[in-house]
Amino acid sequence: MATHFASRPEAEPRPGGPGLRRRMATDMVGTGVLWLATALTVGVLLWVLGYAAVQGFRYLGPEFLTSTPPGDPSRAGGGFLNGIIGSLIVVGLATVVAVPLGVGAAVYVVEYGGRLARAVDFLTDLLIGIPAIVTGAFVYALWVTRFGFSGYAGAISLALVMLPLIVRATAEILCLVPRDLREAGLALGVTPARTIVSVVLPTAMGGITTGIMLAVARAMGETAPLLLTALGNDLFVETHPDHRMSTLSLQIFSNAITGFEAAQARAWAGALTLVILVLLCTAVARFVARRSSVTGAR
Amino acid sequence: MTYGNRNPLDSLDPTAMKEPKMPPTAPPVDQQAAARFAPARLDVVDLTASYRGLPAVADVSLTIEPHRVTALIGPSGCGKSTLLRCLNGMHLMAPHATVTGQVLLGGTDIYDPRVNPIEIRRRVGMVFQRPTPFPTMSIRDNVLAGVHLGRRRGRGTHDDLVEQALMRAGLWKEVRNRLKAPGGGLSGGQQQRLCIARALAVEPEILLMDEPCSALDPISTLVIEDLIKEIRETCTVVIVTHNMQQAARVSDTTVFLNVEYAGVPGRLIEAGPTEQIFNAPQQRATEDYTSGRFG
Repeated sequence: MATHFASRPEAEPRPGGPGLRRRMATDMVGTGVLWLATALTVGVLLWVLGYAAVQGFRYLGPEFLTSTPPGDPSRAGGGFLNGIIGSLIVVGLATVVAVPLGVGAAVYVVEYGGRLARAVDFLTDLLIGIPAIVTGAFVYALWVTRFGFSGYAGAISLALVMLPLIVRATAEILCLVPRDLREAGLALGVTPARTIVSVVLPTAMGGITTGIMLAVARAMGETAPLLLTALGNDLFVETHPDHRMSTLSLQIFSNAITGFEAAQARAWAGALTLVILVLLCTAVARFVARRSSVTGAR
Repeated sequence: MTYGNRNPLDSLDPTAMKEPKMPPTAPPVDQQAAARFAPARLDVVDLTASYRGLPAVADVSLTIEPHRVTALIGPSGCGKSTLLRCLNGMHLMAPHATVTGQVLLGGTDIYDPRVNPIEIRRRVGMVFQRPTPFPTMSIRDNVLAGVHLGRRRGRGTHDDLVEQALMRAGLWKEVRNRLKAPGGGLSGGQQQRLCIARALAVEPEILLMDEPCSALDPISTLVIEDLIKEIRETCTVVIVTHNMQQAARVSDTTVFLNVEYAGVPGRLIEAGPTEQIFNAPQQRATEDYTSGRFG
């Protein structure tokens, strides 16, 4: 580095000299390294997606989406309808619990501040680091031992997984909302609370939605805490969350570990369904958030 | 007399408190009603405003007469923006900000803990340096933001109010056909006039403007200067500006603040009719500044 700087004044007057050539070489090497890093990252992601798609589409079809697994896992046919419905119910319940709590906590941390807010901020970081299986064990000890395995227990454990993610994402977006906007609201004689609800939150809506969808995607794929809470149910479609129920992730897990080819085909189709479901949720949420925030129509 | 963030206050002038408060939401729907609407006088008494205990502007006493345009001028760091933000209590919204002294709006100290700061901000509106239309709202909703989000008046269409506010801000002709378009889609000068319309829709008695033209081109500046002169018909205007020609063009009264060097609070040097400040200043510092010898 030192020689690089030292050589600059001499190299400058002679364009095309050794100094310039070395800088161009450094530039090319740097660009190449960055390109390689990007290619590797995107490549691995595409590989995973592509592999899941290729394997999944072998079996994914109308039967898979409309029937339950066969009683004997080694038999071909059947589908994950119960898991799809279970995932939607459990993750839906978890979202309904986690979103208001998470967004509320984030608003408190960013907009009101103070010592308690800093404590909440710190605890959020801690919670993000807690492995999901520990969350599952916690809900097992506190809820399942009293009320049994159920969709509710699963939803609680998933809500605990989602909560810190939503708080963190929302808080970061709220920090990006310019201070000027808050002051403009206050200067109109609008109360601070009303300014947050009607000016700050709508402005941050797009980012908050993205954060929530990331948390939903994470909850959709979460398996470990559900093993200890919702348990799974491969026999029939269960729609009442008071009973043990299956989810896509649980069914992928239970079918993938069997070793039967038919079950593994179902697991791949389930994996692909999961990816598509998350993509669909994200697309819908983005669409709704965009419509509600930018046009300004009441 | 330290209010800190609104500490109790014992040295209130009891006679001043008895004066009837201006109805904060008296709605002049037409121009005649607007003409009847008399802004209150604003008296600043021994005001010192500090951030984290360090005074930014100190010992300011000043009277702002109704229906006048008062310009606050002075070099950077002299505390003119801080002084302006003290006039409607916005100063205390900043973290670790404190105020001592009084700001009497029609005889009532706005820093009295019994006075609702939200009422004060409805009576004393503010326009900022950078245009701040609410990005999620349409032009129409931006104009009505203070009305709809405020507590007193309910929801409603308020078509006449939208038109009137946009007319007064000189924006009506340009946006009448796209009231539902997003406010952020306007040009910088239009956005600033939208912010002025939004502030006027609440019908403030006094409008504070913090360098409203510094982010705008000369033509937009001219438009806003013209409308400042018109706004004076219905409310008092206090404007902070770096531009001395602007102060000379738009204001009736000019207040010069100065700061000797960085680190000491800014102080009021001279206040008077604009002509006098620019042509026959009493203080040497004022003359040096207005003639461009420093600052």
